[in-house]
Amino acid sequence: MDMNREKLLRELMAADFAVIDMNLYLDTHPNDQRAILIYNVLVQRAKMLRDNYERLYGPLTPMTPSKCPFEWINEPWPWQRHYSPFAL
Amino acid sequence: MWIYDKKLEYPVKIKTRNPRMAKYIITQYGGPDGELAASLRYLSQRFSMPTKEAKAILNDIGTEELAHLEIVGTMVHQLTQGVPAEIMEREGLGDYYSDHDHAVYPLSAAGNPFTAAYIQSKGDPIADLYEDLAAEQKARATYENLINLADDPDVIDPLRFLREREIVHFQRFGEALRIVQDRLAQKAFYVKKPDFMGK
Repeated sequence: MDMNREKLLRELMAADFAVIDMNLYLDTHPNDQRAILIYNVLVQRAKMLRDNYERLYGPLTPMTPSKCPFEWINEPWPWQRHYSPFAL
Repeated sequence: MWIYDKKLEYPVKIKTRNPRMAKYIITQYGGPDGELAASLRYLSQRFSMPTKEAKAILNDIGTEELAHLEIVGTMVHQLTQGVPAEIMEREGLGDYYSDHDHAVYPLSAAGNPFTAAYIQSKGDPIADLYEDLAAEQKARATYENLINLADDPDVIDPLRFLREREIVHFQRFGEALRIVQDRLAQKAFYVKKPDFMGK
């Protein structure tokens, strides 16, 4: 996986994680208006990073239009050693 | 339903194989306080939760646990991939290798296969949420034991992430428990008897 791809994927992973964590907080604090504002900004940012990554490197979910042959089956999968960016 | 997202929740990139460490870490894949048990527990209990907050938190934490299952499976895979049989045996994985080669299979560190007996789904939201709080603490303690056994920063880093998530989940379950208790303490007016009365 090339350096730019690793960098973009890693940014998306961080952005998606922020959404996941805020989602859990809002499940038990559904009236926290300020947190919902932050959540909405995080969702926007994650969506932007996802669209950009998928445009450059192919689908992250099997719900993205594909060229032929079907791009979803392309390696690497996340568990493969050469997939993930280096850990912090 | 679920849709697969082709990435991990947190990066795993282990440069040095270590089958002995894999033997210990696999307990968080299929052991008594592991991620498979956690996910199955919350996703089963959510059906009988009484408030929208409790339904949501069990649904969403149950989903996150599936992502953790994948992280742990990835660690086991990367720690054992391509290790020769004699080294697997020397490092304590001879029994495992006999049945599973280098595949990932849900069992505990002691080799007990996964069982649904690790979890409960009681239909009583207070009982279930107390179990969930305990489960998060047991998983946190297990990750601390694993961190104590590890010496490779590539292994310790994702273990620290997973440990921290147990603490966040414990907090959220505590909040859900308070919400459910408040709801159950509210004065209720019945047009008929609740079904646990008058039997």
